[in-house]
Amino acid sequence: MSLHQKSVAELSAGLAAGEFSSRELTQYFLDRIGTHDGALNSFVTLTAEQALAQADVADTTRKAGDAGPLTGIPVAQKDIFCTQGVRTTCGSRMLENFIAPYTATVVRNMEQAGCVMLGKTNMDEFAMGSSNETSYYGAVKNPWGVEQNLVPGGSSGGSAAAVAGGLAPAATGTDTGGSIRQPAAISNLTGLKPTYGRCSRYGMIAFASSLDQAGPLAKSAEDCALMLGAMAGFDTADSTSVDAPVPDYTATLSEPMKGRKLGLPKEFLSDAVDPETREATDNALATYRNMGAEIVEISLPNMHLSVPTYYVVAPAEASSNLARYDGVRYGHRAEGVENLEDLYKRSRGEGFGAEVQRRIMVGTYVLSAGYYDAYYLKAQQVRRLISDDFVKAFEQVDAIIGPTTTGPAFAIGELVDDPVQMYLNDIFTIAANLAGLPALSMPAGFSGGKPVGVQLIGKVFDEAGILNAAHQFQQVTDFHRAMPEGFK
Amino acid sequence: MEFTTEQLRSVAQLARLELSESDVELYSRNLTDIMGMVEQLSAADTEGVTPMAHPLDMTQRLRPDAVTESNQRETFQALAPDTEDGHYGVPRVIE
Repeated sequence: MSLHQKSVAELSAGLAAGEFSSRELTQYFLDRIGTHDGALNSFVTLTAEQALAQADVADTTRKAGDAGPLTGIPVAQKDIFCTQGVRTTCGSRMLENFIAPYTATVVRNMEQAGCVMLGKTNMDEFAMGSSNETSYYGAVKNPWGVEQNLVPGGSSGGSAAAVAGGLAPAATGTDTGGSIRQPAAISNLTGLKPTYGRCSRYGMIAFASSLDQAGPLAKSAEDCALMLGAMAGFDTADSTSVDAPVPDYTATLSEPMKGRKLGLPKEFLSDAVDPETREATDNALATYRNMGAEIVEISLPNMHLSVPTYYVVAPAEASSNLARYDGVRYGHRAEGVENLEDLYKRSRGEGFGAEVQRRIMVGTYVLSAGYYDAYYLKAQQVRRLISDDFVKAFEQVDAIIGPTTTGPAFAIGELVDDPVQMYLNDIFTIAANLAGLPALSMPAGFSGGKPVGVQLIGKVFDEAGILNAAHQFQQVTDFHRAMPEGFK
Repeated sequence: MEFTTEQLRSVAQLARLELSESDVELYSRNLTDIMGMVEQLSAADTEGVTPMAHPLDMTQRLRPDAVTESNQRETFQALAPDTEDGHYGVPRVIE
């Protein structure tokens, strides 16, 4: 097996056994990026020199007998995480020349665990998008359909494409409405959005602060468990970070599924789901039944309101967060302006792309005088209804299961002119963000030869439970082992 | 609802976004569609429902009122497009 086909857990074992050094492993992936990223565009910035230096440190740590499971493992960081001394663009022209003056806690935690950063991955601008097409640095192609111009999903599209194409063993993403799970589903990866507050948001460029969470994209649930263990943890620098111990997520992966209750919301089986995605979901249910789990039909009656609720709450928070980009303190500044207002308007008009401008305006509108009660307050009330549906469901079941998306990857350009259709990509993923719940997507089969995923939503802080369920699924299936032609 | 070009211009002004005429037309159509989708919320019965401001219903953590940040003016101003004598440069605002 070549190194890029191995999981993080397998690479970790190889490093521990001395089969290869971190420097050799890092150079291997840098070479993979050199050979294949021309076709994918998954990286915005490569940090080759720094990566090799980090690899050498990791090799020294290992020789001293101080290595942990991630010591010397190369990873890719989504370009939303600030990295001191390294350009951090957030997929925007606004931050084209922004060299972060500090490092995000998630990145710092991974550095402390011994991870090696290969570079920064492409993404939808300010994480707003479901296809990676809104990036100022160009669209990313899904390795599962380079010829067909398939999107890798978004907003963590560069991270998804890099891992799916074997250019990085694992990567970080962020998920505000599905930005880890949707790309994971359509790129044949396992991707986890943790409970709100589990990973620090410090240094993670803000989109919608009550929804944003960082999480891993990797080849397996076991790899996600290893990654989350390093990423998570309390941080005084994020006032919404939760002060709770981080369990060893790998310790419970082998728990049996016998007697576990999985809830299937009838709202997840709408006509919008394509037949092969439906079939993949049904097969996953059958697999769990065979392992002794019980499938319970449940209802999340306000589920259909999650997309409209999100498109009030998220743009409102975004319009406020993105007010900081004023062309004065950092970021893009327009040339030849007449006065201060002109400076603001032109810097923001030039620095932001269309999708970001749309969402800023939706947010500005729903928060403007006279409309607050009708939109923002109403949406926050419906958000409570959606969250209460989960509370009721979790009285009956241990976790919730359903398709991650309505279908497989679409082609670049297919939905870009129809924002509302694009937003419906996240129809099954948004509710978990609104309720703050942990949720993951795992490979579950193929529709027309293109990967599709199944989603597991867990109780608050039960990342261990859904990782365990996904790992058990991956013990008896091999969808997660499949790699795309041309990248094997 | 129809999101008119006048409404769009007024929102763009509030958001301090300079838009071209073709953008104004495109965005008016987009916001008509988006706000049309958002309209579904009005059908939900939310009588007496407490708005949810935080996904875990937690309150803001308090910390001791102690100085924890050091002065990093030079570091931060190195990122600015225009600075002079430790100040940020902007076009003249007082004639």
